[in-house]
Amino acid sequence: MTAIAARNYPAMTRALEPELSTLEKRLLNEYQKGFPLTPTPYADMARELGASEALVLEILTKLREHGYISRIGPVFKPKKVGVSTLAAMSVPADQLHQVAGIVSSYEEVNHNYEREHDFNLWFVVTARDERQLHEVLAEIETRTGHAIMDLPLEEQFHIDLGFPLWC
Amino acid sequence: MVLSDTEQRLIGLIQDGLPISRRPWAEIGQQMNLDEQQVLEQVRSLQERGLIKRFGLVVRHHELGYTANAMVVWDVPDDQVQRVGKALGRHDCVTLCYQRPRRLPRWPYNLFCMIHGKDRERVLDIIEELVEAEGLQEIPHEVLFSGERFKQRGAKYL
Repeated sequence: MTAIAARNYPAMTRALEPELSTLEKRLLNEYQKGFPLTPTPYADMARELGASEALVLEILTKLREHGYISRIGPVFKPKKVGVSTLAAMSVPADQLHQVAGIVSSYEEVNHNYEREHDFNLWFVVTARDERQLHEVLAEIETRTGHAIMDLPLEEQFHIDLGFPLWC
Repeated sequence: MVLSDTEQRLIGLIQDGLPISRRPWAEIGQQMNLDEQQVLEQVRSLQERGLIKRFGLVVRHHELGYTANAMVVWDVPDDQVQRVGKALGRHDCVTLCYQRPRRLPRWPYNLFCMIHGKDRERVLDIIEELVEAEGLQEIPHEVLFSGERFKQRGAKYL
């Protein structure tokens, strides 16, 4: 395993999971949860994987640079830290980019997607508290001239263990 | 949930990701005037209290080749939403499963789940498998595939 060299990745939008090396796949599959909370987590992961710390650091840096991972860090439980909501808008196709641009410009918006539906713009807003959340929603409505359908989380059912690469 | 000033500071420093370096917690600690053990104790405490539900690599599905992404929304009778939500949430390929309010008359759906696949066919197959496995043939649902991604990053709470 230590002989595996960190590869140079092709352009990040290419579908390339089949090309990932065993070590990369193991890092991606096994450390979405259970990252060692120790002073030297990468050395500990390397030991578990039979690789060197330097190689693990190099691969993780590349995975992040190329956007295969967005970060190594905490995923917070919704409704425990801050507040959030899923918001949807129905926007005429010829205004979608302009409206999406306004929505994305808010620091409080983290995901903003087009979806194939009459409600064609979907985004997640997170904020410190309800007041700030509703100020942002109201401001987006005023600036875009489109109503927002606000769908706050009521209950979470899935157990978030990360995403297996065999789906 | 009440967070101490130290915890708020820590969350602010790690919400965009831990440094990828030999002693990442020592680096975080330097910015907070804490040693790495003290930082780790704070993180463990956040995890034990359930504020952090997992800690690790946060993958970007699209970049890994999972280019088809569907939000599947279901109109489940209120007295069944717990059962159906838990059943769907147990499946490996369901990455999120949430109950949200209906907004009638335009929006009758109260259960939302997210499914990623390498292409649309695979996603539709997974949905069919879910319907079969959990006996959801009578539950109306819609599949909203994602189009353009305008923005995607971790949440900033503080």
